Amino acid sequence: MGGSWLQYVAGGLTVGAIYALVALGFSIVYNASHAINFAQGEFVMIGGMGAVSLVGLGLPLWAAVPLAIFGAVIVGVLVQRLALEPAQPGGKADVVTLIIITIGVALFLRGLAQVLWDKRIHALPAFSGAEPIALGSATVLPQSLWVLAGSAFAVLALGWFFNRTLYGKAMRATAMNPLAARLMGISTRGVMRASFALAAALGALGGVLSAPITFTSHEIGVMLGLKGFAAAMLGGLGSFGGAVAGGLLLGLIEGLGAGFLSSAYKDAIAFVVILAVLFFMPGGLAGARRSDRV
Amino acid sequence: MPAAVTVSERAIPVASARRVAARVAPRWRGLALLAGLLALLPLALPNNYFFEIAILVALNAMVCVGLNLLIGYAGQISLGHAAFYALGGYGSALAAARWGWPVWASMPLAVLAVGALAWLVGRPTLRLKGHYLAMATLGLGVIVSIVLANEDQLTGGPDGMTVPPLRLFGRALQGEPVWYAIVAVALWLSVWLALNLIDSPVGRALRALHGSEVAAETAGIDSARWKLRVFVISALFAASAGALTAHFAGFITPAKASFLHSVELVIMVVFGGMASIWGAVIGAALLTVLPQFLTVFKDYETMVFGAVLIATMVFFPRGIVPTLARWIARP
Repeated sequence: MGGSWLQYVAGGLTVGAIYALVALGFSIVYNASHAINFAQGEFVMIGGMGAVSLVGLGLPLWAAVPLAIFGAVIVGVLVQRLALEPAQPGGKADVVTLIIITIGVALFLRGLAQVLWDKRIHALPAFSGAEPIALGSATVLPQSLWVLAGSAFAVLALGWFFNRTLYGKAMRATAMNPLAARLMGISTRGVMRASFALAAALGALGGVLSAPITFTSHEIGVMLGLKGFAAAMLGGLGSFGGAVAGGLLLGLIEGLGAGFLSSAYKDAIAFVVILAVLFFMPGGLAGARRSDRV
Repeated sequence: MPAAVTVSERAIPVASARRVAARVAPRWRGLALLAGLLALLPLALPNNYFFEIAILVALNAMVCVGLNLLIGYAGQISLGHAAFYALGGYGSALAAARWGWPVWASMPLAVLAVGALAWLVGRPTLRLKGHYLAMATLGLGVIVSIVLANEDQLTGGPDGMTVPPLRLFGRALQGEPVWYAIVAVALWLSVWLALNLIDSPVGRALRALHGSEVAAETAGIDSARWKLRVFVISALFAASAGALTAHFAGFITPAKASFLHSVELVIMVVFGGMASIWGAVIGAALLTVLPQFLTVFKDYETMVFGAVLIATMVFFPRGIVPTLARWIARP
């Protein structure tokens, strides 16, 4: 019992770290444009599938991984440039319109992946061996440590970017008040593109890190995207700390729930949690209540 | 004297009839056109396969008319309407097959139960501003499809379950032409209801909300309450169509509740035209018929659907029907 407990926690945290990366992507795009980017999960897919096919072409892992992430970044910027910018001529569009476009983008990317690659499930080789490491009474795959370390690194780098660099501060300024930011000479259009690039990079990183454990296919983006959205909501949409906490918490609950309650309902647990949160504490766990300006 | 009376008696009804026609016409003209089209369509349908497509179009159109009230008029997006649709079907199927209810009673029962569920989900979330309804409906949809796939003792699991036929006056209603008549009437009634709703105080309240929620609220409109009502109404439409589909097809699977199906329904509404009842009907018709002809390109279907959605939002943000209507109105 004690051993399995620790095992579920370790598994849950690993999955939770991936959710956290996806949730961060949701929050970054939400802050820049107030849209929910339903194509966020597809970046995870592009990262994983891209890395798999680059390795298949004979590239070493250390080259394939950054290239796959870079590829996802290009796709992210193209999505913003080709699909979202034309829909908001004055820089403003109905939020429902933006959501529907991102759903279209998700379908398009998933369909493209299905044609470009195939419908099978692929695995990426583990970064450093597949020998499980004993950790107390539980065992952990070395790849899980990679996932946790990679996510932690991404979160720290993001924190540094948003707090210490001029461009990161410009992005935060745009999130707070786009008009004032533009008056200060910040290119909000550039900020939008940068947010998509960042969101894509985070998603693809998650996809690459998790591909050796949970495998990857053209349709993994659907569930991961939805759960990432749930995690972002759980922590309070738009809050970075909330996204990380929400992702880890969701992963933990899911790991423990699948272990002790029912593995058949594993995928439903996240949504039961989010419905409960929406009904009882709608601001998310971070709970900052913002009022809308008229 | 009597002659003069007859003249005036004749003259007045004609003038007032014309005035009445001028006032009521736009709505009734459309409804009459729809009735004529639905009545004449069977003459153009060569075989049962085409009848089946027509039935599917009508059922999807029913869902979209309801969903359009929510997306187009109340400005809220639901990503879980397929769950209401599937629950309407499963609810009626379970009540009829497992608990022995007659189908004419199990259908309304299932529809009402779905309405109650929609009310429960909508009540807390529609009080909040933003995308909370999208998240809640999405979550509900995922949970429903997982439950339907996992409770195989009750629902038959991922393979689905057989549904008993609709019986009226001791006769099972079967065969495409009979069902065409049923769904044609159902679709006409849905459109009629939706048009009436939009022309009523509810519709005006919704339009006010869409224009400016703050202004509408200062004018005394309880925005959460109106949105909740429209949400429940749209769920009722979806559940009715789902129940009809299940008894027509005699079979139902959890795929009907999938996220992808919810997204398909949203695409039909958006493609046809938000805030346009006729747009919802035409969007459902086009996007139900098109895939039947695109089966050759099966592998590209998802991609084409995505591209259609993006292109619609970029080039015709109001959807096909309102955009065309504007082009025609412009000389």
